[in-house]
Amino acid sequence: MSLRHALSTPDAEKASLSTRLLALGIVLALLVTVPIWVPNSYYVNICSQILIWAVFALGLNILVGYAGLVSLGQSGLFGIACYTAAYLVSIGTPHFEAGLAAIGLAIVTSAVFAVLSLRTTGISFLMITLALGEILWGIAYRWVSVTGGDNGISVNTRPTPFGISLASPSAFYYSTLIIFLVVVAAMYVFVESPFGISLRGTRDQARRMTTLGYNVWLIRFLAFMFSGLIAGVAGLQFFYYEKFVSPYVLSLSTSATVLLMVISGGVATLLGPIVGAALVIVMQYVVSAYIQQWNLVLGAIFVAIILFMPEGLVPGSLRLWRALRRRRGSAPAVVTVPVEPES
Amino acid sequence: MNLWVILAINSVALGGLLFLLSAGFSLIFGLMRIPNLAHGSFFMLGAYLGVTFLRIGTNFWLAAILSGLGIALLGGIIERLFLRRLQGQELAQVLVTLGLSFMFADISLMIWGGDPIPLSAPSALQGAMQVGSIVFPSYRLAIVLVAAVIAAVLWIMIDRTRLGAMIRAGVDDAQMARVVGIRVSRLSSLIFCLGAGLAGFGGVMGGPIFSAYPGLDGDMLPLALIVVILGGTGSLVGTLVGSFVVAFLYNYGQALFPELAYVILFLPMLVVLLIRPQGLFGRLPT
Amino acid sequence: MARAINRRTILKGTAAGAALASLPWGRAALAESKPVKVGLLTVLTGPLAQGGIQMKEGVVAFMKDKNYTLAGRKVDLIIGDTGGNPAGAKAKTQELVERDHVDFIIGPLAAFEMIAISDYVARHKVPLLCLAGADNMTQRTPNPYFIRASATASQCGFPLADYVRKEMKLSRMDTIVEDFAFGYEQEGGFQLVFTAEGGTIAKRLWTPIQTPDYTPYLAQISDVDGVWQGFAGSNPINFMKQYAAFGLKKKYPVVGGWTAFDDALLPSFGNDAVGAVSGAFYSVSYDSPSNNHFVELLLRETHKTPGGYAAGCYINGMCVEAALEKLDGNTSSPEKTIAALRSLSFKDSPRGPFHFDHFGNVVGNVFIRRLERKNGKLVNTIVKTYPNVSQFWTYNEKAYLATPLFSRNKVPAKI
Repeated sequence: MSLRHALSTPDAEKASLSTRLLALGIVLALLVTVPIWVPNSYYVNICSQILIWAVFALGLNILVGYAGLVSLGQSGLFGIACYTAAYLVSIGTPHFEAGLAAIGLAIVTSAVFAVLSLRTTGISFLMITLALGEILWGIAYRWVSVTGGDNGISVNTRPTPFGISLASPSAFYYSTLIIFLVVVAAMYVFVESPFGISLRGTRDQARRMTTLGYNVWLIRFLAFMFSGLIAGVAGLQFFYYEKFVSPYVLSLSTSATVLLMVISGGVATLLGPIVGAALVIVMQYVVSAYIQQWNLVLGAIFVAIILFMPEGLVPGSLRLWRALRRRRGSAPAVVTVPVEPES
Repeated sequence: MNLWVILAINSVALGGLLFLLSAGFSLIFGLMRIPNLAHGSFFMLGAYLGVTFLRIGTNFWLAAILSGLGIALLGGIIERLFLRRLQGQELAQVLVTLGLSFMFADISLMIWGGDPIPLSAPSALQGAMQVGSIVFPSYRLAIVLVAAVIAAVLWIMIDRTRLGAMIRAGVDDAQMARVVGIRVSRLSSLIFCLGAGLAGFGGVMGGPIFSAYPGLDGDMLPLALIVVILGGTGSLVGTLVGSFVVAFLYNYGQALFPELAYVILFLPMLVVLLIRPQGLFGRLPT
Repeated sequence: MARAINRRTILKGTAAGAALASLPWGRAALAESKPVKVGLLTVLTGPLAQGGIQMKEGVVAFMKDKNYTLAGRKVDLIIGDTGGNPAGAKAKTQELVERDHVDFIIGPLAAFEMIAISDYVARHKVPLLCLAGADNMTQRTPNPYFIRASATASQCGFPLADYVRKEMKLSRMDTIVEDFAFGYEQEGGFQLVFTAEGGTIAKRLWTPIQTPDYTPYLAQISDVDGVWQGFAGSNPINFMKQYAAFGLKKKYPVVGGWTAFDDALLPSFGNDAVGAVSGAFYSVSYDSPSNNHFVELLLRETHKTPGGYAAGCYINGMCVEAALEKLDGNTSSPEKTIAALRSLSFKDSPRGPFHFDHFGNVVGNVFIRRLERKNGKLVNTIVKTYPNVSQFWTYNEKAYLATPLFSRNKVPAKI
């Protein structure tokens, strides 16, 4: 079931194509003009954060959504990129090389994670990734000569790609927006690509895929590396956003936060992780200014999401929207039945 | 020399406490396949409820039992309201139990405040036992007894009773159990209550050692996960062995390899999982 | 809930104010009429909330007491909950600076939060009145917009070590503290003076920040005259409880830092910590008009005994007020504001007389306190006061700064 299909009903296809293009155009225009219509640089920064976390969540969605592998060690991949860049920049490496090394090391780490964790699936996979993440966290805490321990590493510059300084909030926002759009496009292509389809095959019908001659392990391994690449990109951006790194980026709570973003928004959808990221960041940094008990509210929202749309915000809203339209009698709804994984 | 002896005794005592913490998690996960990430919250809420009972003058043991019952009731409500309808949807269960744990943490902070609140052990157990030059707190020895009693009761219940037979059938094959007329859903509620109640009871039992404080939930949840994963899910024996393995690792690891203190539990868990992904006593899923 | 409502009205004001202030004549014309904005960075949720809530209580009590008016200007107090992590601290600082345009920031709680925001705050030239210990903020990597009226992490350890050597006559000690920077720096300060005065540190034990059971460490303590512990947050409670349960309290007296035996923790200790000696920049039992007023005020407002977190923030409030008075309420120049803050000198405060050195760090009393039960209540009785304690103790500043920051591996034997 492709995104295109999931989003539309057959007879509404033609009519909604133009509507959807229009909607896409409006959203793009809004995103591009954020620094103009958003009144304050603080909120521009919040938008940058949302985009960074959305990229991170999109990367995790490859594992959770399309491969059916729930990782609680994603912070390890995110954090290793942060630390690599921070360390290299702090000893004077140029930004470009530091960035390449950061993403490269994130991919290498994801390969190691994959080799260790892909022996299993399900809860064992979750626990192995959790253990791997915690071990990296412990190393960051204790390898003080490189990581600075809990004091972390601060740097005071951002890169200047093509001579453009990213020091200002809006300049940095545009850099995150470009990367965000590239990642979204990559995910869109990936989902419909033969690789994406076979990955979903390994999720839903692992045994059948093996019988058909697919190397399930290799497909999952590559998916893990792809996820690591995106986590590395997000980590690199996060580091440059903060200009600071500390063991917090490697913590279990970072892994849990990004997982919550994916699940609350809706797994295996393109929009879900983005909406989830926006929800959590807005709660954390905007609503928290007005409601001291923002954790309580966030928890209640998660519970409410599960009560009313257990499939996540985005697919759930679409289902409700369709049900509403059907009640009006305009079009028969296409009900997507989630396929239970085999094992 | 004393160091080794004390660490050995303490490993047994801590193992008992870890068993109280993890038995419920193991039962819930084994029968219902629910990764209950609110389990640490149950432990913490139990400790806080215990604080309240002790403040109004309840005897320690009664406070532990009442808190256990209170948390069992809470667990039952959660199972009925939220988890019942999410059977088999692991991700939704993760989200809802994490969401609830966020809420419990904030609510506890509102009710009991941010300051740590110690729970006093029963006065008869407040001293220390001394043999030769080795001093060991009496209360910790009492915990070993309590854990042994609970383990025995659980074992009899699961291995020797009709209810236990139904539970085992449910663990092995829920669908088949349903076919032969076992009301798995009622069983599930019961198990969830029991698991939550054990955690709440454990919270009070752990109170004289850990105190009740914001963040106790987050400190305990990983321990329960490690115990259950190491021992193997759904196996009571596995949980018991897992508790003691973790306790020994913790005690000797912290003392002998201080450099590795931050990873002392996760490193061995990783090794075990790599060799036996199903844990020490778990069976591979059929 | 009053705060939440308050906050929304502030917001409207801010937007208008910001628009006006961006015009060339806006700032000066508005200086007297618009309220002065004080931001508080603290932790109100999560495991570190204990100290964070007390920080808030200290500042709020001070502002209430002054009827939210300092040096003739209304005060808007804006409170940011960092959640106790560096990313949250950064985001909340940006909120206070870029959205609310605060004139002062009080906080944050933890050293790692402070370090995460230091560069940002300096670049935006916002005077920061800090509570966190991080030594280097006023030493090897100073921040020009920073003052600290509490103490560096190591500062209270110097006189404590002196007292332990000279008055308690302990010569061989084990030290135990959490395995992180605040722990290393506290332990380093104590160890430096203790060994320089002829003492020996037998064992240095480091525990992970979350240590549910201290037994593996307690079992290693033997053959010493005493134990120094520097735990923070809620850890001291469990540590002392377990220390006493293993019968160690009778054998080895305990001394510690200010967070380890903070006044606010006392009701939680029971009898487990009676007799402990600590070095702290504040004590409830310090008898001065200012401190008596502070303690009374906090008891009335919060029904709790205040400790170092509340006192530190209350004192920061006093600094804001005194600086505003010096500036005639004009906060338009951050350079002048920080200069005014650093030139402050108090004859009396809840911690007694104090002033700042040229790095903006406090020079003032460190109290040596013994934890006692008096009339059924636990109190930290002051047994000795070391006046005018500097962050460099009695050492030459240059020589001190030439040594590396205290770490797990390195503590200089002598300076």
